[in-house]
Amino acid sequence: MMDQALLDLALDIASAITFTVGGAFVLIGAFGLVRLPDVWSRIHAAGVIDTVGAELILLGMMFQTGLTQTTLKLALIGLFLFVTGPTATHAVANASFVAGLRPVRLRRNETADVLGEQPRKEMQP
Amino acid sequence: MTKAVGLLVALFALWLALSGYFKPFLLSLGVLSCLFTVYLASRMKLLDDEAVPLQLRLSLPLYWSWLGGEIFKSAVAVSKVILSRDMQLNQQLIAVPSPLKTDMGHVIFANSITLTPGTVTVEAVPGKFLVHALTEEASAAEGFQEIARRVAAVETR
Amino acid sequence: MVMFLAITAALFVAVLLVLVRLFVGPTLYDRVLAVNTFGTLTVLILSSLGFVTERPDFLDIAMLYALINFVSTIAILKFFRYRTFGRTTASQEEA
Repeated sequence: MMDQALLDLALDIASAITFTVGGAFVLIGAFGLVRLPDVWSRIHAAGVIDTVGAELILLGMMFQTGLTQTTLKLALIGLFLFVTGPTATHAVANASFVAGLRPVRLRRNETADVLGEQPRKEMQP
Repeated sequence: MTKAVGLLVALFALWLALSGYFKPFLLSLGVLSCLFTVYLASRMKLLDDEAVPLQLRLSLPLYWSWLGGEIFKSAVAVSKVILSRDMQLNQQLIAVPSPLKTDMGHVIFANSITLTPGTVTVEAVPGKFLVHALTEEASAAEGFQEIARRVAAVETR
Repeated sequence: MVMFLAITAALFVAVLLVLVRLFVGPTLYDRVLAVNTFGTLTVLILSSLGFVTERPDFLDIAMLYALINFVSTIAILKFFRYRTFGRTTASQEEA
């Protein structure tokens, strides 16, 4: 039974590490969401929360449950966030791009290379 | 047909994962609802490469774990930018060519770029993406080429 | 247990910061972004509260919340772009 206690201790330590790192990323991301200057840079702060923070915290929870149905559900939540997160982020970025918002202090702009020179079709109802 | 069976297996695995009961009555209800869903999906002509991506290579989880490492690295870089006293923002909108062959490959590539903190795909036209990068390092062309090379390895069998 | 309480507290602090951005704005897209992040954090808080109260059923609610959160973000953005929920984007392009 000594091995079991050691395994539990190792899993607890693994959970503590992933929780600390994941929680730190979540807090940094939330702080960045308040601190960064415009919507374009804030998207990246939200990306830190949505990907690294969320997945690490879910991973830490998975260490605590062992091989049960709960682990499977946590994995499903993680997979779902992994797949839908970038779609939602892209939707926000694309919507603000179409609405005409541009980043502040833009260093390099190759929009014309992608969209061509013609003005974009107006999206009116 | 292969796609229908694949969707049926995936749906039933999801049912089992969410329910956790193994009584014969509940299992048969699960099989029936999965069959009905597959029937509806085939009637709606949804059984294509997009809904049932069986054409992807089985090394997709390996790609995901590699991507996880990349995401972690760039998350650390973005965190440094957020926490630095004078935020060194070099916001850029850059054009990234997408050399992939299939639609699914384009989707995986664009989503991988968006998943990596520091870069977001803003607009997609055939063969090209408009990518917003937060810093100079995040916009390096080699990083995008590396992702594209690995996506090309998983997009078709 | 202490671990889960600590992570829940950290998530609550993050939610408060996100709420600041939600109220300050200034554009619609800042707010949509804040709502989306708020939803992700809610999913995490729900899961960790499930562990604190030792009721794993909370995970089902968390999963449902993740689904609804994604759909609502897309729906809000679609509404403010086309001012309607009904017509598809494809028919919009042709019009």
